[in-house]
Amino acid sequence: MNRLAPAVLAFLVTTVTAFPAAAQVRIAYIDPLSGAMGATGEHGLNELQFAAELANAKGGVLGQKIEIVPMDNKLSAQESLILLKSAIDQGIRYISQGNGSSVAGALIDAINKHNERNPDQTVVFLNYAAVDPDFTNDKCSFWHFRFDANSDMKMEALTSHMQGDKGIRKVYLLNQDYSFGHQVAKAARAMLTAKRPDVQIVGEELHPLAKVKDFSPYVAKIQASGADSVITGNWGNDLALLVKAARDANLHVNFYTYYAGTVGVPQAMGEAGVDHVKVVSYWNANGTPPSMEPMIEAYKKKYGATSDPYSQALRSSVEFLVAAMKKANSTDPAKVAKAMEGMTLEGPFGPMTMRAEDHQLIQPLFIGTFVKAGGKLKRPAEGTTDFAFRLEQKLDGPATARPTTCKMRRS
Amino acid sequence: MELALASLLNGVTYGLLLFMLSSGLTLIFSMMGVLNFAHASFYMLGAYFGYVISTRVGFFPALILAPLAVGAIGAAVERFGLRRAHASGHVSELLFTFGLAIVIEEVVHVIWGKTPVPYRVPASLDGPLFTLYSSTFPTYKAFMMAVSVAMLAALYAGLTRTRAGLVIRAALSRPDMVEALGHNVPRVFMLVFGGGTALAALAGVIGGNAFITEPGMAAALGPIVFVVVVVGGLGSLAGAFIASLAIGIVQTFAVSLDYSIHGMSLSRVAPVLPYLIMVAMLIARPRGLMGTRES
Repeated sequence: MNRLAPAVLAFLVTTVTAFPAAAQVRIAYIDPLSGAMGATGEHGLNELQFAAELANAKGGVLGQKIEIVPMDNKLSAQESLILLKSAIDQGIRYISQGNGSSVAGALIDAINKHNERNPDQTVVFLNYAAVDPDFTNDKCSFWHFRFDANSDMKMEALTSHMQGDKGIRKVYLLNQDYSFGHQVAKAARAMLTAKRPDVQIVGEELHPLAKVKDFSPYVAKIQASGADSVITGNWGNDLALLVKAARDANLHVNFYTYYAGTVGVPQAMGEAGVDHVKVVSYWNANGTPPSMEPMIEAYKKKYGATSDPYSQALRSSVEFLVAAMKKANSTDPAKVAKAMEGMTLEGPFGPMTMRAEDHQLIQPLFIGTFVKAGGKLKRPAEGTTDFAFRLEQKLDGPATARPTTCKMRRS
Repeated sequence: MELALASLLNGVTYGLLLFMLSSGLTLIFSMMGVLNFAHASFYMLGAYFGYVISTRVGFFPALILAPLAVGAIGAAVERFGLRRAHASGHVSELLFTFGLAIVIEEVVHVIWGKTPVPYRVPASLDGPLFTLYSSTFPTYKAFMMAVSVAMLAALYAGLTRTRAGLVIRAALSRPDMVEALGHNVPRVFMLVFGGGTALAALAGVIGGNAFITEPGMAAALGPIVFVVVVVGGLGSLAGAFIASLAIGIVQTFAVSLDYSIHGMSLSRVAPVLPYLIMVAMLIARPRGLMGTRES
């Protein structure tokens, strides 16, 4: 050990001193890259890396390249804070995270504290998927930017769509037992009662996040409740296993979901989900403009023919970051954050605006139904060749916006 | 009534799968005194092998070939790894199997990636078997139950009615005597370890397509298997059987009953209940339901 020490020290010194010379904009990607939700985190990493490559191919930003530094948080808030610390110690000033509002909440708190204590070394959080509405309302932070629609915005879109369907009489709410699942259940109950007082909510259930292997008991309960529709914010395996168990028990309900299009889920649903699963999403694979074709083809070439670059929020986050750096003519997080406020960029489906008052991206949303691919539906759902999402309804950005209670403290 | 019956069926099905998974672990523990942390990893390997073989040759050959292949890997692990670790005591063994679990997970990542593989139930077993009120009971679940019960019968007969079973049971209580009588105990150890992992793999072939085959499946099922073994009694096959069924049924009914304590509904704590049972069991009756020894 004693003989090794000088070598280790030398290595550390060279790596530490090597950083400033590299002149790169580094983004730490803190998400689960192993464990039950590892597949979901891995997909996000692929998309973020791809987004960085796209930006670098266009010359990067201010003469610098964007580099992604993956960090596996195992879906643990505790672990994420350690990784955040290590990212900051490495000189990384931009954090990207999305899976789990439990993690995002902890990161926001930690970043707020860090920035207050170290005003010359601030950090900006690019949130691509943690959709707890609190983050852009009561808990809003100047350092946090959300590129996904929040849970309430998605529920507003879903319930608006359900409003017109008179076949819906009895609704069951099944969600994951943590902040996000609670928000989904709360919003579903409030909005559904307001829009459809005649609809009865026949059951409300919370189950532990990423722990349930067999959903048959839950399905039996839904069956017994007589529900015709289920609203769920479940993601990852929690959704795939639920739909699978529903098929096995011959449960005939429509699922209204947030994440039916994400990695692993369309594959697990298969035939069982056809015509029964709806999704609200900012991505419409079969409605992309021709200008996106080269990007999609390049993505498929890199990550497999059945892959679907559905995490538009990650591309948006990199595009906004680059645009804000150019506008601020600096990579300093405080200046970049100011520049990003109120910025509007043209997205694939219409304009996207980073609302200044709460840092919530306002973008178009889509309601889709899981169906057989074919005809006009050329792009199959992630991981499949035979299934796709058929567009039911498009909501333009302004139609999805909701008021905020945020009182932003600007430094 | 409808919910109660459906829940009972679901509970028994889940319990029987748990038994398939834990019987191998019980066998290994009772014979060798090794708490195999990598047991659920062999379950996962079984699922992946089952997936690969069933897409090439068919599901039913996979049902036999995958456990054989995994059993061979298990035997090799015992022969070239565990046997050496054994010399330095139980802690080394524990650490060895713990490390092995992580290695297996990484190997699975490298070969099959981190996303679920499309391992499907064979067409001949897909579809409903019978209708119970308004819900159907899938044929595949009945098949799972049948395999599990057949496995219990075969194991029981093998251990109590054959000469090999006699040696294995003798080694449980008097390993030195068995060795003195001229039996090659290390080789028996190897076969038992291989057999135990093969049983886990069989559960994997069957459970992999019933649920989802992905690299997180071992970590998800790992702890619950230990609960079964501890509650049932370390080393008792019958105990493991009863504990599996009990845990399956308790967990299912906790979800379906609308019962809450201080506003915390029972269904929200359902997945934690087995661990609660284990802790209670360790305090009240450390040797488990039908355990034959104290530690």
